[in-house]
Amino acid sequence: MENLTQWTANRKFWHYALLIILSFLILAPFAIGLWTSLLPTADISSGHLFGGSISLDNYWAALTQTPIIRYLVNSVLISLYTMLLQLFFCSMAAYAFVFINFKHRDFYFYLVLSTMMLPFEAEVIPNFQTIKAFGLLNSYTGMVLPFMTSAFGIFMLRQAFKQIPFELKEACDIEGLSHWQFYMKCVLPYSRLSLYTLAAYSFLSAWNQYLWPMLTTFSDNIRPVQVGLRELQSQETFNNWGMIQASAAIIVIPTLIVLYFGQHYFKSGLNEGAVK
Amino acid sequence: MSIEFKNIVKTYDQSPVLESINAEIANGEFFAIVGPSGCGKSTLLRMLAGLIDVTDGVIKIDGQTVNNVPPKDRKLTMVFQDYALFPFLTVEENIAFGLKARKMPETEISQRVTRAVDMVGLADFRSRKPKDLSGGQRQRIALARAIASDAKICLMDEPLSNLDAQLRDRMRTEIRALQRKLQLTLIYVTHDQIEAMTMADHIMVLNDHHVQQIDTPLGIYNHPANEFVANFFGSPQINFLSGSYKEHEREIVIDTKLRLPIQNQLTKENYLVGIRPNQLDFQIAKNNGGNASLTDLTNLGSQTLLTARLDNGQQLRLTKSEQISMPINQRIDLHLKGQAFIFDPEKKNLAAVSVGVDHG
Repeated sequence: MENLTQWTANRKFWHYALLIILSFLILAPFAIGLWTSLLPTADISSGHLFGGSISLDNYWAALTQTPIIRYLVNSVLISLYTMLLQLFFCSMAAYAFVFINFKHRDFYFYLVLSTMMLPFEAEVIPNFQTIKAFGLLNSYTGMVLPFMTSAFGIFMLRQAFKQIPFELKEACDIEGLSHWQFYMKCVLPYSRLSLYTLAAYSFLSAWNQYLWPMLTTFSDNIRPVQVGLRELQSQETFNNWGMIQASAAIIVIPTLIVLYFGQHYFKSGLNEGAVK
Repeated sequence: MSIEFKNIVKTYDQSPVLESINAEIANGEFFAIVGPSGCGKSTLLRMLAGLIDVTDGVIKIDGQTVNNVPPKDRKLTMVFQDYALFPFLTVEENIAFGLKARKMPETEISQRVTRAVDMVGLADFRSRKPKDLSGGQRQRIALARAIASDAKICLMDEPLSNLDAQLRDRMRTEIRALQRKLQLTLIYVTHDQIEAMTMADHIMVLNDHHVQQIDTPLGIYNHPANEFVANFFGSPQINFLSGSYKEHEREIVIDTKLRLPIQNQLTKENYLVGIRPNQLDFQIAKNNGGNASLTDLTNLGSQTLLTARLDNGQQLRLTKSEQISMPINQRIDLHLKGQAFIFDPEKKNLAAVSVGVDHG
């Protein structure tokens, strides 16, 4: 018995030791990044990471000398538009796949699902051609248009809508609700957890976009943060690393806010339908 | 509001679900549709509501053909098995939902909601969400919804099947009282024969895609149209015994002492005899005589359930309304004291009724 307790205690010790080392490895880059954002660039380039003076000068410089505020506004707008459009179109498509009977419904659903297998990189060239043909390069519309809906969102909401008891649909039919009314008054409120999840998910994926905005934006007026950050680095002949670090720290803030409020729904929503 | 089904047929992918359903339901009637699961009773109800298309035949409400009338214009309400409550709305909002959808004026809605919650005893729970309420209370919200509506036809699809036995008993009486008070024409689907027997004015028995019988509860109990109906109704279940017809004596012989006199002429040799457990009686046999021995005995207080085996091997159940104590394997003399139903061996329908002799 004593041996056993000893053994479990030992095992526990090693478990925690391993976890601490791993979390250190994972958190270290973030910690270093945050730390360097407080140091003068001269200290960073000469490798004097400790012992110097720390200040918020870099943040002030980033906010005043670079268009980072503009980038942030661009990103927030693009992400919000993408999120709202995705919520709307994905839920409408999912509604049709669950509550409307049409010919070859399953076939179309699998067709939609199959686009999930295609990596976005494979669609970049045709999408670019299309956006260019519409003359929408370097505009918000061009940034949002290809992401108005997503197969993943449709799939997720379809699973959520399938959980709605069919009796509710029948009850609404008896009261004479149209499809639109049923969708607005029953389906959306019933599935609001899944909608929150999709909202957080689509906001974050729009926020973290890199390839598409890099290809289609040419001016600071439109450019979102992820590309803007890259731009900061290349524009300056002398790389102001401290300021770039500070900018990076600033643009993480909205992500953290969304994650903070969304994490609860994230967990429950992504598992919905998968675990019953 | 009267309802009429005329030659209703429903097929799914060419396989029949319901065939030639005919029925008339009078205004203010409590009409139960009973049958085993999968017999199409819910389908019939949903066709009446307009939620499912009719393949063939005519449904009339108040003399008007409603086959192509959308559900909301059929002036009916429906209570569902799982209550169909909106989890994100309060009790009050749930009840008002349909009225709002029908664009009723605000003041009238609140009047109706108040009346409905009072009637089902949920006045203290108006602003709660359904998930904070018990199963019985949720059931009441569903009822309140039907009460608040001004429709005079109410459809119920196994509304009590999710409740425990005691609550079910109470709700049975409450639903019956409500139906009388509001003078609703109530179509009640259930698989529970006791619910149908205790509540309905008329019962439709469905099985195997067809109507087996439409009659009053006692009519169904006392004159079952066929073997299925006899078996489905009555608790404890009816006994089925095989007997042979003796033309000369005009009787069905189950064994030497259990002979059932028959009035009318029969044509076949072997018949299936249905005898309800309370239509049998026995005496304790003397000197190991008798025609059966007792195999089991259960005292329920108000009545006693007995199982016996005839000497020819057939098992049967009987009930006595007094308390009895007797050893197992006791030899007894079994005889018929009331009715026995003689069913045709092929067509399974009722061929004759035998009235036994009460030996006292």
